[in-house]
Amino acid sequence: MTTPALQVDGLSKSFPVGRGLLRGATTMVHALQPLSLEVRPGETLGIVGESGCGKTTLARMLVGLSQPSTGTILIDGKPLDTSDRRVSSQQIQYVFQDPISSLNPRKTIRQTMETPLRILFGMDAAARTARIHEVFEAVNLRPEFLDRYPHEFSGGQAQRIGIARALLARPKIIVLDEPVSALDVSVQAQVLNLLADLKTQYGLTYLFISHDLAVIEAVSDRIAVLYFGTLVEIGAADRIFARPSHPYTRLLARSAPVVGRPLAPQDTAGAELPDPLNPPPGCAFAQRCPKVSQLCRTKVPQLQETGETQRAACHHPDQT
Amino acid sequence: MRLFLTLLFRNRLAALGAVLLLALVLLCLVVPLLPLADPNVTDTPNKFLRPFSEGHLLGTDHLGRDLLSRLLWGTRLSLAVGVAAAAAAAFFGTLIGICAGYFGGWIDNGLMRLIDMIMAFPYILLALAIVAALGPGMLNALIAVAAVNVPFFARNIRGISVGLTAREFIDAARLSGQGHARIIVTELLPNVLPVIIVAISTTIGWMVLETAGLSFLGLGSQPPQADLGSMLGEARAALIAAPHTLIVPGAMIFVIVMSINLLGDGLRDALDPRLRSGALARPSPVTRIARPAPPPAETPARGVLDLDGLTTRFEVGAQVYKAVSDVSLTLGKGECLGLIGESGSGKSVTALSVTGLVASPPGVIAGGAARLDGVDLLSLPYRDLRGLRGRRIAYIFQDPLSTLHPLYRIGDQMVEAIRVHRKMPLAEARARCLDLLRTVQIPNAESRLSAYPHELSGGMRQRVGIAMALVNDPEVIIADEPTTALDVTVQAQVLALLDRLRRERGLSILFITHDFGVVGQLCDRVAVMYAGQIVEEGPTASILAAPAHPYTRRLIACVPELGGGRRQLAAIPGLPPAVNRLPAGCAFAPRCDRARPDCQRDPIALRVSGPRAARCLYPEEALS
Ligand SMILES: Nc1ncnc2c1ncn2[C@@H]1O[C@H](COP(=O)(O)OP(=O)(O)OP(=O)(O)O)[C@@H](O)[C@H]1O
Ligand code: SF4
Ligand code: SF4
Ligand SMILES: [Mg+2]
Repeated sequence: MTTPALQVDGLSKSFPVGRGLLRGATTMVHALQPLSLEVRPGETLGIVGESGCGKTTLARMLVGLSQPSTGTILIDGKPLDTSDRRVSSQQIQYVFQDPISSLNPRKTIRQTMETPLRILFGMDAAARTARIHEVFEAVNLRPEFLDRYPHEFSGGQAQRIGIARALLARPKIIVLDEPVSALDVSVQAQVLNLLADLKTQYGLTYLFISHDLAVIEAVSDRIAVLYFGTLVEIGAADRIFARPSHPYTRLLARSAPVVGRPLAPQDTAGAELPDPLNPPPGCAFAQRCPKVSQLCRTKVPQLQETGETQRAACHHPDQT
Repeated sequence: MRLFLTLLFRNRLAALGAVLLLALVLLCLVVPLLPLADPNVTDTPNKFLRPFSEGHLLGTDHLGRDLLSRLLWGTRLSLAVGVAAAAAAAFFGTLIGICAGYFGGWIDNGLMRLIDMIMAFPYILLALAIVAALGPGMLNALIAVAAVNVPFFARNIRGISVGLTAREFIDAARLSGQGHARIIVTELLPNVLPVIIVAISTTIGWMVLETAGLSFLGLGSQPPQADLGSMLGEARAALIAAPHTLIVPGAMIFVIVMSINLLGDGLRDALDPRLRSGALARPSPVTRIARPAPPPAETPARGVLDLDGLTTRFEVGAQVYKAVSDVSLTLGKGECLGLIGESGSGKSVTALSVTGLVASPPGVIAGGAARLDGVDLLSLPYRDLRGLRGRRIAYIFQDPLSTLHPLYRIGDQMVEAIRVHRKMPLAEARARCLDLLRTVQIPNAESRLSAYPHELSGGMRQRVGIAMALVNDPEVIIADEPTTALDVTVQAQVLALLDRLRRERGLSILFITHDFGVVGQLCDRVAVMYAGQIVEEGPTASILAAPAHPYTRRLIACVPELGGGRRQLAAIPGLPPAVNRLPAGCAFAPRCDRARPDCQRDPIALRVSGPRAARCLYPEEALS
């Protein structure tokens, strides 16, 4: 078996809350429960889940913007060391959700693009210009955009710039955090197609985060479903929504608006997430789950095989 | 920069301040070159000479020193100290503020507690204490004045820095290998600079005054050195006998502080981004209506709500943005009409125009009518129109927080919404609200009545938004992307709720969205907007199955659909046109693969055929 491009083991993140000088004990909120997964070279792993389920927390740890509370991240079998950005920037890169806000409003695009080349790779002016023109061409942007400021760009153009910036260091893996959710549908398709082209051209591995099921299905090889900070199901993209094992995946797939399917609320019990300060003892989905049993309320379900390519964290999964 | 200067000097008072200040600064710079008497040479026999005396234009003081010379040298010193104090306060305040804002956590806590402690002392007392500790002298006065002003800068800059640090470009800078110091200097500082400039310009006048105050008390400049404060202090004894010795420096202080403050206010206004877009102009309660030919006020109704050639523009400077052009729609009773289009296509402006809710300035309704049961809403007097808003036509917005007041309990807001329109006993109104919260399936409705908006999740808030829209039993609901900000599972619930309400209550819904899936599930008919125009309209099923307008077809094709598997998407190249520079003819022509030369010549009419209509010369489907 080939070494995974990215291997994550028991990665978790907790944030202290209610910290104050007078209140001694700090409570921890578990934004991400220990999570393990592998991404094969050249694969696109989709990560889907609703707001607050820990998608961005995971992404930020993967690129070293925040430190994991527990667990390890291996890239090509070697531990990720984000203290040396020169190395880590060639391993893994990040594309932000809000394309405009990820560009400094007071810097020209050229200044923004040059920074990593100068600081990390010590390139001289000529080499920098050459490299920037190269990536700009790769994302179909005209070089004259380089001397403009961020506010002069549409969302789609700004996201291309964000992608170009991620390509600068020739990374192997790119983490895309909701890269198209701020874009209009017609522009969204342009950017998705661009990402697909770049992937073939440079042999990239993607971690594609989105809340849009149709988008994630259209771009991914495999999909991981997160709920309330937990990986609840992972499996092949062409099967996971068609034959879900986990009741939450089923609910997601049924809720997505699809032309021709009648409107029927899947759960009327309210879609409240559990209180993060006071999480339920068993399965986090128990409150909304149609298949809930006594076991679910007391014991946290672990990931288990539910089909050839699928695994789900549920006591009563549907076999696929 | 040019824009900035025009904005600045459009403000007459700021221009006056700038001119005065510039003159003063120039004057101070050339003082050493002027043929002035030595400011410190005493000549007691000639003390208290009146102004315009021989050789002493402004007279002399109690020691017979030339007042003009002392005034100019004193102004020079006072201004220099004021500027230096402002610079020092700005430097240290910015340093503290930026570090606190950027690093956050305990650094922020520690620094801000320190600032709070400084601020706990009365201002002038603190300055006095500092001078008392350091000993009198101009330099120590400067330090004192700078120190008491540091907190003002620190707090301002910290606030801005906290906001900027949360922006993604700071994360991006970290990823590009920049260290903390570099990020602060090259990423944060340029963005807080305008705030620093404004803060300096609004405080420097005070600092000049405070320095003068310390000198007046004898703690600043020491005799014989002249500054404006010490001149005032020395003149105090001769207040009655020789008032001019007091008036001369007093007038100078007045001129300095006034000119600085006028300029400072002008700077602040010019740098405030909200002013540039004219947002601070008070909007009128109803959109300005400038229809060249007002339509008949009443016509036979086709549906509950008829839009007839509705045209809305934004006039910003010389630019005219044609946000909505000639939009005609009919919404029948109990019908759900979808209005779909990309960002900026004019969906929201159409919705807001119906009851004159578009902000004016810059919005103008330039034509057409919006008829409720045949009566043109835009011809109604404001009082009648206001009475209709929320009662017969209610809105649901994407962000329910924009309609819910954050500081009032939900129940109180709903009751208020009812009682604005009609008299109803409180208990009855509350019962009605409770009933509505149950209708929109809010669990524990009773206790939610006394909740504040921020205590609810996004989905709950949107249900409350829907309940609010229903309080007065409206005939028409205009829902502007009510589910766009919601998670899919919540969206499914809200859509099902809206669908149920319209079937049970016969509500007519104008549903604005950019999602074909939602339209397909909820709407009977759909209208597609592009660049401010309706380009296609008809029954949802037939349009989704066989779109006639090339834009509709390609828009449908570029949206991935669940269950479609992994694939290449059929993107539409290019961008929608800017609505202030619409091309002649078909607005979609530059992106259309069916375009022919005549598409770009004349405006294209909406061709109606049966229940469907399309604005295209060469449609995909021949509409028979
Ligand atoms: N206050 C304003 N001043 C100038 N132009 C404006 C203003 N408000 C809206 N516009 C312009 O009017 C046009 C239509 O805007 P509108 O908000 O109706 O679009 P929309 O279809 O609702 O888009 P979205 O999907 O983003 O909500 C846009 O080109 C927009 O730039
Ligand atoms: S573990 Fe139980 S409650 Fe949780 S999803 Fe599975 S069946 Fe439902
Ligand atoms: S009118 Fe011409 S350019 Fe416009 S959509 Fe139809 S075919 Fe295309
Ligand atoms: Mg809108």
